[in-house]
Amino acid sequence: MALKHKTPMLDELMKGPWPSFVTDIKRVAERKPQCDDILGLMELSYKDREGHWKHGGIVGVFGYGGGVIGRYCDRPDLFPNVAHFHTMRVNQPASKFYKTDVLRKLCDIWEEKGSGLFNFHGSTGDIILLGTTTDQLEAIFYELTHELGMDLGGSGSNMRTPEGCVGRARCEWSCLDTQDIVYDITMRYQDELHRPAFPYKFKFKVSGCPNDCVAAIARADCSIIGTWRDKIRIDQEAVRAYVGGELVPHGGADGPEKRPLDIQAEVIDKCPTKCMEWDGKNLKIWDEDCVRCMHCINIMPRALRPGEDVGATILVGSKAPILEGAQLSSVIIPFMKMEPPYEEFHEFVGKMWDWWMEHGKNRERLGELIQRLGMREFLRATDVKPDPRMVNTPRYNPYIFYDPDDVPGGWSRDPKAYRERHQP
Amino acid sequence: MPFDPNDIMKDRLTDIGPPKYDKFFPPIVKENYGKWKYHEILEPGVLLHVSETGAKLYSVRVGTARLVTVDYIREVCDIADKYCDGYLRWTTRNNIEFLITDESKLRPLIEDLKSRGNWFPIGGTGASITNIVHTQGWIHCHTPATDSSGIVKAVMDELFEYFGSHKLPAQVRIALACCLNMCGAVHCSDIAILGVHRKPPFIEHERVQNVCEIPLVIASCPTAAIKPKKVGEYKSIEINEARCMFCGNCYTMCPALPIADQDGDGIAIWVGGKVSNSRVPPMFSKLAIPYLPNEPPRWPSTVKAVKKIVEIYASDARRYERIGEWINRIGWERFFEKTGFEFRHEHIDDYRLAMTTWRTTTQFKF
Ligand code: HEM
Ligand code: HEM
Ligand code: HEM
Ligand code: HEM
Ligand code: SF4
Ligand code: SF4
Ligand code: SF4
Ligand code: SF4
Repeated sequence: MALKHKTPMLDELMKGPWPSFVTDIKRVAERKPQCDDILGLMELSYKDREGHWKHGGIVGVFGYGGGVIGRYCDRPDLFPNVAHFHTMRVNQPASKFYKTDVLRKLCDIWEEKGSGLFNFHGSTGDIILLGTTTDQLEAIFYELTHELGMDLGGSGSNMRTPEGCVGRARCEWSCLDTQDIVYDITMRYQDELHRPAFPYKFKFKVSGCPNDCVAAIARADCSIIGTWRDKIRIDQEAVRAYVGGELVPHGGADGPEKRPLDIQAEVIDKCPTKCMEWDGKNLKIWDEDCVRCMHCINIMPRALRPGEDVGATILVGSKAPILEGAQLSSVIIPFMKMEPPYEEFHEFVGKMWDWWMEHGKNRERLGELIQRLGMREFLRATDVKPDPRMVNTPRYNPYIFYDPDDVPGGWSRDPKAYRERHQP
Repeated sequence: MPFDPNDIMKDRLTDIGPPKYDKFFPPIVKENYGKWKYHEILEPGVLLHVSETGAKLYSVRVGTARLVTVDYIREVCDIADKYCDGYLRWTTRNNIEFLITDESKLRPLIEDLKSRGNWFPIGGTGASITNIVHTQGWIHCHTPATDSSGIVKAVMDELFEYFGSHKLPAQVRIALACCLNMCGAVHCSDIAILGVHRKPPFIEHERVQNVCEIPLVIASCPTAAIKPKKVGEYKSIEINEARCMFCGNCYTMCPALPIADQDGDGIAIWVGGKVSNSRVPPMFSKLAIPYLPNEPPRWPSTVKAVKKIVEIYASDARRYERIGEWINRIGWERFFEKTGFEFRHEHIDDYRLAMTTWRTTTQFKF
């Protein structure tokens, strides 16, 4: 079948060694008119150098306030098959492991009831079903829940779908059960995920170690990053093997060739705290000075491993630069054991959310609220004690908001007594 | 029970959440969970993980377009069924990992993937340029200042040799967001491609009162540039254009304020961010080029700029240095000198906290 729309500009993107979404969509467009029209619409955007989607329209499934994003095309006259083209977000299994049977069923449902187009995956982590009509939403939701045991993810002012790194399922460095933490948060807060009741969105992301493969520190209101408090485990034999050129440095990340590791230049000099020493036979690490940056472990994975007293550093508040300047998440709890049922963690989350929901303005992220009301208020609300690990440096402006409770007599004064000591 | 459109509450299941993670773990992962001892990248795109029990798991990583169809997913399933007992996973950066326990299937899988045209490029490990994380663009979003999938394709075509090799000083993470809302994480990337608008929205006064909640529009503007205004008999708004920083928030609230513009819109390039804590703490990406035009279908100026940064970095940086670490060592003055990118007013911050980025020392290089 010939396609309805000519797409000379898009066709340029069928060339080249990288997988082409145009080639992919074209083969489905042979049988699905939505795909034919979306290519036509894209071609028009390429010609106009402007998008052609309108936003908004409240659409969703009954009882949920999120998970579906309404989308309408602004040229339904030319592209009637994508006039209504809503997105559904489907909550992915933590770390995105799949078996093919579930993917095949998902394809069958989506081929029948939607455009057949996906994002695998959206930036937050969900499987994105890209393009269907309002009348199909309930049917798709029914089949997702009944046939796949899957549910919708978050959108709007709610908890967004949490995600984590591959963790202990396949990474020797993980200090956390990342999947279990993600699953626990997702299940415990289903209501918060599906029914927006927050000032704005709220994201959790979990990385098993400070390498932070899911970028938790940059894109989560609450970042959970695995770490350890004891000593890096050293296999001196293996260290000597790296130096002697019997093992491939960096796990082969710079090429598979064996070569003698220049341990001084490549490891010790790169250590941010200079807390290591090599005497030609043994590697010494002053663990009390180690900041757990992971570099030495990354370079000598067979010789060094994180310690065994593991837990998480909890950071909060990555947020937009929009008014005061952007922020990464900041350390709130330097170390917390993370073991099921994660009571201590959830207690913290409860206090954090209560404070945010009480004081947060509409569309104010947690990090912005902390900036507006001050870290002190946040720490008080969550019962966390100040700790030097929370700052890069103590403040260097002298404008301190002293607390009347900390000053003898509070802020009440005795003007008469003062004037007895001082003449006006 | 099949779905009954006339009674959507019948047998309704809600709040069941995602499938539990271990439902799709291959048996080897279940058995060796938390017991992994070390890993090795055997060749670009091929990982070996070895457990304390001696078990070996091979992962073959391939890049994807992220925007994919049912046909593509079915082909992926065919491959996983043939070689992986049906088990596979996706990475955070839109790559697929085929998981293999039987070593004798590794070569056949790799050969099979290679035999399928350009669908399954193998790589994305170690000191490579792995897949680009990106947003929707013109395929599905309403506020983009540029496309996503097309630019990603054009850039990855050009940088393809770096995807399947380990020849860079360290990994290079590229990200693209098609507007300043930035729903993809580009702000801490080695190289970020960001869609930017450069013209304030125009106002369709006769539509505003019909399609918009004026107080919400006013509140949506982060710089308080919007005020109510009566225009003839219409209740409308006015925009202090000098205060607009082109974020598009107001358009999201009010479709009578279009911001997209074929000549105003384009791309800014940012460099030197990183997320991991390895060696130096995470860093933000900084502005390298304030504006490049939108040039569909293959965006030659953007592709050229990204490639230039990669090549100069590759030839100049020391082993393990990420782009940001390299620039911090040589200094920004050298970065602009080496790349030949023009240093302009836009590079000097004039927003809040701008002064924290100004040079407050006499130490710099001539
Ligand atoms: C005024 C502010 C914003 C508006 C109007 C907006 C609008 C949208 C829309 C309409 C989509 C859906 C695109 C589609 O599938 O059709 C979307 C996706 C998304 N947005 Fe936003 N957004 C805003 C701010 C943000 C911010 C600040 C973030 C995070 C920093 C964010 C994160 C996301 C993510 C993760 C997605 C999924 C996109 C993908 O995976 O491609 N959004 N946004
Ligand atoms: C270095 C530059 C910038 C960075 C790193 C940055 C980063 C971000 C991030 C991370 C978000 C998501 C915040 C969140 O999660 O809530 C965001 C949101 C946003 N950014 Fe930026 N941004 C930058 C510059 C700008 C500029 C120049 C504009 C406008 C001209 C802008 C407009 C916005 C808007 C409107 C939002 C959405 C705010 C909201 O969610 O209410 N950003 N930005
Ligand atoms: C300078 C400081 C910046 C900070 C502190 C910052 C912070 C953040 C935060 C907190 C998020 C939350 C992400 C989420 O909700 O998932 C985010 C997301 C994002 N930021 Fe930034 N950002 C900065 C700069 C930038 C810049 C310059 C860009 C683009 C050039 C950018 C693009 C994005 C994008 C695309 C996301 C979405 C991430 C995702 O959801 O996957 N950011 N950023
Ligand atoms: C704990 C915080 C601070 C204290 C107690 C403090 C105290 C002082 C004092 C007593 C003086 C001498 C005033 C005089 O000439 O009689 C001074 C001068 C000055 N301070 Fe501070 N200061 C503080 C923080 C800062 C900071 C954060 C800055 C700038 C970043 C700053 C910049 C200056 C400058 C520029 C002068 C004038 C120096 C001169 O003209 O000789 N100070 N400060
Ligand atoms: S963040 Fe750490 S534990 Fe998680 S996958 Fe990356 S290196 Fe492994
Ligand atoms: S983890 Fe980092 S800080 Fe600690 S010893 Fe290794 S290189 Fe040094
Ligand atoms: S980055 Fe902006 S334009 Fe692109 S998909 Fe996200 S909200 Fe839409
Ligand atoms: S584009 Fe942003 S800054 Fe400009 S008027 Fe609209 S909301 Fe305000």
